[in-house]
Amino acid sequence: MENNQSLAPLPEDLAILLENVSVRYRVPTEGINTFKEYAIKWLQRRVHKIDFWALHNVNLEIKRGEVFGVIGQNGAGKSTLFKLIARILQPVEGRVVVRGRVAPLLELGAGFHPELSGRENIFLNGSVLGYSHKEMERKFPSIVEFSELGNFIESPVRTYSSGMYARLGFAVATDERPNILLIDEILAVGDESFQRKCISRILGFRDQGSTIVIIAHGMETIRQMCQRAAVLSHGQVQMVGKTDEVIDCYRSLQR
Amino acid sequence: MSQIPREMIYDSSRRPHRAIEELIQVYQYRDLILQLLRRDLLTRYKRSFLGIAWTMINPLGTMLVLTVVFSQIFATVHGYAAYILTGLMAWNLFAQTSNAAMVNLVWGGQLLHRVYIPRTSFAISAVGVGVINTVLALVPLVVVLLVTGVPITWAVVFLPISFLLIAGFALGVGLILSVFAIYFPDVAEMYQIILSAWMYLTPIVYPEEILPASTRSLIMTLNPMYSLVKLFRLPLYDGRFPTLMEVLPSAVIVVVALVVGWVYFSLRSDEFSYRV
Repeated sequence: MENNQSLAPLPEDLAILLENVSVRYRVPTEGINTFKEYAIKWLQRRVHKIDFWALHNVNLEIKRGEVFGVIGQNGAGKSTLFKLIARILQPVEGRVVVRGRVAPLLELGAGFHPELSGRENIFLNGSVLGYSHKEMERKFPSIVEFSELGNFIESPVRTYSSGMYARLGFAVATDERPNILLIDEILAVGDESFQRKCISRILGFRDQGSTIVIIAHGMETIRQMCQRAAVLSHGQVQMVGKTDEVIDCYRSLQR
Repeated sequence: MSQIPREMIYDSSRRPHRAIEELIQVYQYRDLILQLLRRDLLTRYKRSFLGIAWTMINPLGTMLVLTVVFSQIFATVHGYAAYILTGLMAWNLFAQTSNAAMVNLVWGGQLLHRVYIPRTSFAISAVGVGVINTVLALVPLVVVLLVTGVPITWAVVFLPISFLLIAGFALGVGLILSVFAIYFPDVAEMYQIILSAWMYLTPIVYPEEILPASTRSLIMTLNPMYSLVKLFRLPLYDGRFPTLMEVLPSAVIVVVALVVGWVYFSLRSDEFSYRV
């Protein structure tokens, strides 16, 4: 099943490598919500599923230290691509290789519990991201400082505004410089001054050599930030290249 | 490998067997499991008036009701309240833990769509919560033992093994159930019905002697909970160590359930995040 070529080690200059990657969702043609229904339909041989290829035969190389943009319409497979890199999904076919620690800024504060205090949630969220308790104790002061939550850190998270919630999530996820940062551009964190703070932190990571992959929705961000980009369309990579060329390609696709 | 490389390389085509990978990841994410456990305990008790006392009051209440109802019928059982409570605690440890292992994954599974964590984390932390709750419930149990005049002997040092066996069985069953429950919500409801039938097929409220010999041997061989409840009851209620032949078959069943549950769950777990 695995030939020699697919087991070649990750080239030194690459941070992320996707080889012939496909992801398939099996969607039942009609809603089957209960086990009872399923059993009955299975007996009647009426369980039909259609294959939906969220990604099909995708090849992509993202270099170490580059800022890479991913554009595409809704349902083109952008989030699926991110989930593969973040190890949330496994490819049905192909190979995904990722170098180093990945910080997915897809949904901030994943796993926050509303009844627990900000302090407790920092430790909970940190452990969800794979940090040990010890590491979190060391990080705790700088997380609180960055999140600007002050005394609110002892209040239950359910009393937080959505901005505070996102600030805390961002502070935990980015306290340590990751090797790879996955950002969904739609993610706006708090007010304008905090957004600037987030962007300067991200740019700092870039300057220290982190690889950054951005799902871009507006073309301006991607033009400003990314050296290279890829267009996804219906689960396939239409084009990879210099940002300007890729944007032109995307525009022509939309027509 | 004395030194862990600074930059770990994840390669989706070079993963070890899923069941082994899951074990490795559980070890690496052990602090997450502790945090989940802590979260479950804290949120359960934080906003309730009686707090942690509920864990102790709950089985006591059921015991009281059952004792009042059945003590006339089973008047021959010495220290009937203690007999019921020991059986109930063993049963609850299994029933609540296997159920929580399943429900936690279904409700907490949203997290699996957002970030990578070992998928067994929820089930393992559920087992931890169940064990801690049962340990707490030992406090009122000791009182009941003293009141009903059942002597406490050195055999209680066997209890950790009883806990381990029941918790292991619950984890195995819970993992298998989770695989189904994640696709079909009604599996959780069906399991409730199965649980109540299963409980009455296990000598918990009634002494096993009332069963006809044929039924009894059927239950003994087909219902693993029969011997597991017994292993919990022997050191407490009967005040003696179980014999090797009483432990061994249960231990084998527990190991089988655990291995089957773990492997089956791990093999299927990649699909969980595909569920749309």
